[in-house]
Amino acid sequence: MHIHDPQTNPVSHPTLSPDAAARLAESKRRYWRTNLCIMSGLLAVWAAVGFGCAIVFADVLNAYTLPGTSYPLGFWFAHQGAIMVFVFIVLAYCVLMNGLDKKHRNEMDAIIGKVKKEPR
Amino acid sequence: MTIQTYTLIMVGISFSVYLGIAWWSRVKDTRGFYVAGQGVPAVANGMATAADWMSAASFLSMAGLISTMGYAGGVYLLGWTGGFVLLALLLAPYLRKFGHYTVPDFVGDRYDSQFARLVAVICALFVSFTYVAGQMRGVGVVFSRFLDVDINVGVVIGMAIVFVYATLGGMKGITWTQVAQYWVLITAFLVPAIAISIKLTGEPLPSIGLGADLLPEVAGTAGVSLLTKLNEISAELGFGSYTVPFVGAWDKWNVALVALSLMVGTAGLPHVIVRFYTVKNVRAARWSGFWAILFISFLYVTAPATAGFARYFMISTLNDRPATEMPGWFTSWEKTGLILWIDNGDDRLRFSAGKDNEIFRAGAIPAAELGQIKMDHQRWLDTNGTAGADARIILNELGLSGPDRDIIVLATPEMAELANWIIALVAAGGLAAALSTASGLLLVISSSVAHDLYFRILRPEASEKQRLLVGRAAIGVAVVIAGIFGIYPPGFVSEVVAFAFGLAAASFFPAIVLGIFNKRVGTVPAVTGMIVGITFTAWYIVRCSLMKEAPMDFGIFPMPINPQGIGALGMALNFIVTLTLTPFFAAPREGVQKMIDAVREPEDASEALTIEGAPEH
Repeated sequence: MHIHDPQTNPVSHPTLSPDAAARLAESKRRYWRTNLCIMSGLLAVWAAVGFGCAIVFADVLNAYTLPGTSYPLGFWFAHQGAIMVFVFIVLAYCVLMNGLDKKHRNEMDAIIGKVKKEPR
Repeated sequence: MTIQTYTLIMVGISFSVYLGIAWWSRVKDTRGFYVAGQGVPAVANGMATAADWMSAASFLSMAGLISTMGYAGGVYLLGWTGGFVLLALLLAPYLRKFGHYTVPDFVGDRYDSQFARLVAVICALFVSFTYVAGQMRGVGVVFSRFLDVDINVGVVIGMAIVFVYATLGGMKGITWTQVAQYWVLITAFLVPAIAISIKLTGEPLPSIGLGADLLPEVAGTAGVSLLTKLNEISAELGFGSYTVPFVGAWDKWNVALVALSLMVGTAGLPHVIVRFYTVKNVRAARWSGFWAILFISFLYVTAPATAGFARYFMISTLNDRPATEMPGWFTSWEKTGLILWIDNGDDRLRFSAGKDNEIFRAGAIPAAELGQIKMDHQRWLDTNGTAGADARIILNELGLSGPDRDIIVLATPEMAELANWIIALVAAGGLAAALSTASGLLLVISSSVAHDLYFRILRPEASEKQRLLVGRAAIGVAVVIAGIFGIYPPGFVSEVVAFAFGLAAASFFPAIVLGIFNKRVGTVPAVTGMIVGITFTAWYIVRCSLMKEAPMDFGIFPMPINPQGIGALGMALNFIVTLTLTPFFAAPREGVQKMIDAVREPEDASEALTIEGAPEH
């Protein structure tokens, strides 16, 4: 069941020129940084809604009702709203990260492809 | 047809479908057995993940808990959905890239230590067992009520069914069975909720119905909102308000800590992480994560509505009724001991939060003792209080006021006088929820024992055949142990599960997160952190739940901390200890550093990151 052991499969391309290797490393570094940005941005929304609206400010928000219903707003966030927002957070993560993966896949293919001069 | 006949038919049909699927998708090779051959489409995997995630606790107990807790019941909603966000964003993509689908395997390799692996295996087993026990208990409750058998017999039937299809179909069988189980459980949950919502408010969507006005024929006058009415009658009977937050012991700190414990605890549950391996690539894994939370949310936004409706029926329909006019559902549940009516002699039921309350549950009191209590009560009534003892005082002191919360979801359709087939459908749904989670967990327990413990620690030279044999045997032993826990439960379903989450939160979560996002953390700090986190959390839970000592406020919190929320503090302690010790100990060796680098790339950047390219498994 041990599926993958990165130690035996180092992700390096010995045929790359130093310049291309540097650009490859740079692309990977940017990928990781953007990844962290997307993740922390979405987790900030997660915390703001899941803890902020639903718990910390629940008593304050309960003074208002959700327009068109008789839900006190803080109660609504804790019992309904937060869950709906969570679904959108995962959707956003999915779309953004799949896009980012594709972008960097192409970028890295271009770097490796140019040096190797052969289709991967 | 009676409810029992309908239930037999529904349960019979759904069980045949599950067993049929298990037979159709039975597998012989280990890859199919453990990761379903990676051929599962994202949407189907989303459904399977949802069924895996939504346990007997979500289906049976959660709405009941919310029903009695009101606003504070939101901790379960927030905890169990918010936890999925953490799993999808922080853990699953990286664990998949690491290529380790048991948490102990990841912990052992990342921290380069057999000891760390062993600690993680023990935690994983403990968490999984507690969780499975809750499912078995749920199966027992459903069987005992609807098929008129003893709860313990119900647990044994559940054990037998799970054992058959978990060993037969492996992960592939479990996946497709879970897809079927998702549909059974979501239909069973939504149909009665929609019917009740229409009946009370005229709104077909329960989430809208809860926030809408009651129909004039229900409320007497037009323009009375359900929630307002609920708050009013709750206040009259001395219960806390349904929508006002932070009542009693549930202050802001406790709500936040319990929600956080449940979130980080669920995020580390091994049976859900493994589901991210059954799809082709990371792209599909992300989509299946989205489908999963979407499918989960259908139940989770409906549960609070069911809870509100049930609360309304409970307190508005029972009070002041004489024994001869009790609804049928009440008398059937009375037989199971999950609801008890101790009358004060006026033959009128009283359900309130005060001393005059007459609704209780038997809890873990043995039948003989309960009979004695009832006889003493009758004597107390007959002698006008000069002899015998008031059972209401005894039961209240034992903390057994109010009906067992596990019955709320099952009883609500009956309260609303829905058709018999709907009530039977709910029974089948409860079983589907319990069985889907139990089977996923049993597979993980078996892989933990066969892979992490037996193969990686005890006998690295074991052959494939031996490992499979150990895996199968482990399922058998696990089912028996889970059944024993189900027959002698340490608490009711949700509480048992919540404690498992506390321990998972304090042990795994910091170790995994730091393992991925911090390259500097080495073996000694991580292991010390885990041990400190587990010890602290276990100590507090044992102290409060087993030894029945009063919860503590640690001198910094305004209120004593609920043992269900202690996992969040254990987790914080784990983070603090690990990060404080890190600068004083060696960084991980180069191989491990490379491993961490590898997960920080787009997944298909290296060819070997698929299961097909695996060296061995």
